[in-house]
Amino acid sequence: MIAETGLALLWLAGALAALQLLLGAIGLRWQRDDLIAAVRPIAVVQAVLASLAFALLIYLFVTVDLSVALVAANDHSAKPLLYKFAGSWGNHEGSMLMWVTILAIGGGAVALLERRLENRTLIATLSAQAAIGLGFYAFLLFASNPFARLDPAPPEGQGLNPLLQDPGLAFHPPTLYLGYVGLSIAFSFAVGALVTRDVGPAFARAMRPWVLGAWVMLTLGITAGSYWAYYELGWGGWWFWDPVENASLMPWLAATALLHSVTVLATRDGLRAWTVMLAVVAFSMSMVGTFLVRSGILTSVHAFAVDPRRGSFILALLAIYIGGALALFALRVGTVREGSRFDAVSREGALIINNLLLSAILGIVLVGTLYPLMAEAMTGEKISVGAPYFNSAAGPLALILMAALSAGPLLRWRRDELRSLAGRLALPALITAGALAAVIALAPGIRILPLLGLVFAAGLAAASVAPLWRRNLRHAPLFVWGMVIAHLGVAVSAAGMASESAFTKERLVAARIGESFDVGPYRVRFDAVAPVAGPNWTAVQGTLTATRGTTSFALQPEARSFWAPPAQTNESAIRTALDGQLYVVLGNPDETGRWQLRLWWKPMVTLIWAGGAMIAIGGALAMLGHLLRDWRGARRKEAWA
Amino acid sequence: MKAKHQRLVLIGLAVAAMIGAALLAMSALKDQAAYFYTPSDAIRDHVEAGRAVRLGGMVADKSIKREPDGITIRFIVTDNAATVPVRFTGITPDLFKEKSGVVAEGAFDASGTFIATNILAKHDERYMPPQVARGMHKTESLVR
Repeated sequence: MIAETGLALLWLAGALAALQLLLGAIGLRWQRDDLIAAVRPIAVVQAVLASLAFALLIYLFVTVDLSVALVAANDHSAKPLLYKFAGSWGNHEGSMLMWVTILAIGGGAVALLERRLENRTLIATLSAQAAIGLGFYAFLLFASNPFARLDPAPPEGQGLNPLLQDPGLAFHPPTLYLGYVGLSIAFSFAVGALVTRDVGPAFARAMRPWVLGAWVMLTLGITAGSYWAYYELGWGGWWFWDPVENASLMPWLAATALLHSVTVLATRDGLRAWTVMLAVVAFSMSMVGTFLVRSGILTSVHAFAVDPRRGSFILALLAIYIGGALALFALRVGTVREGSRFDAVSREGALIINNLLLSAILGIVLVGTLYPLMAEAMTGEKISVGAPYFNSAAGPLALILMAALSAGPLLRWRRDELRSLAGRLALPALITAGALAAVIALAPGIRILPLLGLVFAAGLAAASVAPLWRRNLRHAPLFVWGMVIAHLGVAVSAAGMASESAFTKERLVAARIGESFDVGPYRVRFDAVAPVAGPNWTAVQGTLTATRGTTSFALQPEARSFWAPPAQTNESAIRTALDGQLYVVLGNPDETGRWQLRLWWKPMVTLIWAGGAMIAIGGALAMLGHLLRDWRGARRKEAWA
Repeated sequence: MKAKHQRLVLIGLAVAAMIGAALLAMSALKDQAAYFYTPSDAIRDHVEAGRAVRLGGMVADKSIKREPDGITIRFIVTDNAATVPVRFTGITPDLFKEKSGVVAEGAFDASGTFIATNILAKHDERYMPPQVARGMHKTESLVR
């Protein structure tokens, strides 16, 4: 009964989405306020229904109801509770249901919370959101029903891919989806404002918190996904330029550009058409990401199912929404009035450079990700594009972006002088030069990209705190703090990346029990190998003792064998020190009793994710700061009235 | 500057940046894209030594041999029509075994041995890289 109830709720929610779109469109077209009044409540009820359906699916997974096909294919009674729970979105149908649920909740939240947007624009926004939701409800109901029954029910489920049985899985997809779907709200805002010809600073101020929220979630999702790949895959890398990783990076790049241009629109009433365009592009990138990941066109841990019908369904949705939005944009861009003007040397100018560079990097990542698919479709040639392409093409642009980022926040809005900018940048420039001398002196053989990465990071770190200099810190607005912390996070993360790629020490050995090896500042002794067992796996566990100076500690990497489904994973052992991480992977034994061991010393590698967290925290503070200021402004206005 | 001029300058800048990025991407793609070969393709096309490519197929039965250093292995990749010897130094992935699908990244040396720098095995029991599956399918139909 529960599965049928879930399905019924989904149909109902889909019908409400259709109603929401219809009432909104008719009400706006023929000025029917009675119809318009129904749109907000419908959006809220639709969100509640979708959430209930998703809750029922989670319930089916937790109780391991094997008469449901999806549960039988992905669940297992011996699985720990957390993975029964998280397993409900560790598969195609469940993850699409989560997507549509978050989409509906996003629309409901806009309906409940958004008070600043002009009412007609809000209704148009909610209608656009319903149109997106409608497509995905159809996708679920016609091509990926999560509640389909299996008759007869099997005695046991097939279990979950062991690589996915990790606490990271519980949080990584929901945060990423919140980001993807948050961008759908920005998209709907843009469509709504185009429909009612309402593109202006008030619209930008209303849209900004949603963009920031989505961007914070994307940042967190990408950072967490990177750390998951780093410790779970046991390859010692933190970014593989895998198409699925790119699928999350592309919306992030577009959203980063968008949140800067929306600031220009909100503060200075500039870049109107460009901002609307970016909002469309950002959600398009989310859709492209969903298409790449969910169509099964890629081979990866994310490609849960290969079903060409699903791929074409998502591709059709992609074409309809992006094509529709671009057509609307083309029709209405003439009615978007010219924004205010500004000089080339100004905050706006710097933000345009930021936007251009981010767009260029986005283009490079998009080309590298899609090129192999295009080439195979056109010529049948099979090509893979990997890290060397992305690093050599996007790396230099990222460095220029860091330089622009150092100067941007120190420029005044509208008009500034290069000479006074030079004065403000004197200290950061000095620090950059000092860092250059120091790195070359200490590490003469360093490659050019990591060298510039470290040096630019030092300069950016100094420049990004400069907006707080000679300022009473208690009176600095919260969103300025947010900006400073986020920009500092970029510097921290870049320093970690450069340091990891330049200074990592690696040892690959075949070790007998009792042997010792030096890696980085550590001496590691291989003590023992013993079998251990977990709830749904058995493992061989190595024990190693690492010594550095007077401190020593144990490391216990494992090679795990899961039985449902049968598979093996390497659990790396990682020890974090203040200046880096020691990373150990246990390999296979050979006939003579030696074990393969892979040891890494990765100096400052944790800065990569610490920087990512700082960027997200900065974004959250900026969002809070803007909301607080607008709220205070609204109260002041009321007091005057 | 007049409003119209500013808009033109902005559009010009955007176009220039996009063209620059496209050129950068094209040149990097030409140098860095790695082509995918099955053993039959690799032998037929005489892939030049040192060029970064991917080799996909099945690990031949009873072909995995370990070198005395304990960390280097040799094995044979086959597509049921041709075979290529492969050498790899490192820890093989968890699902790397004989008679299952594999994709090796690396380059051929002068003697025709494929020196793998990275080995990708299938992620789980249900999964085979489609490129491998398609390659295998092609040779199967050729053999038949």
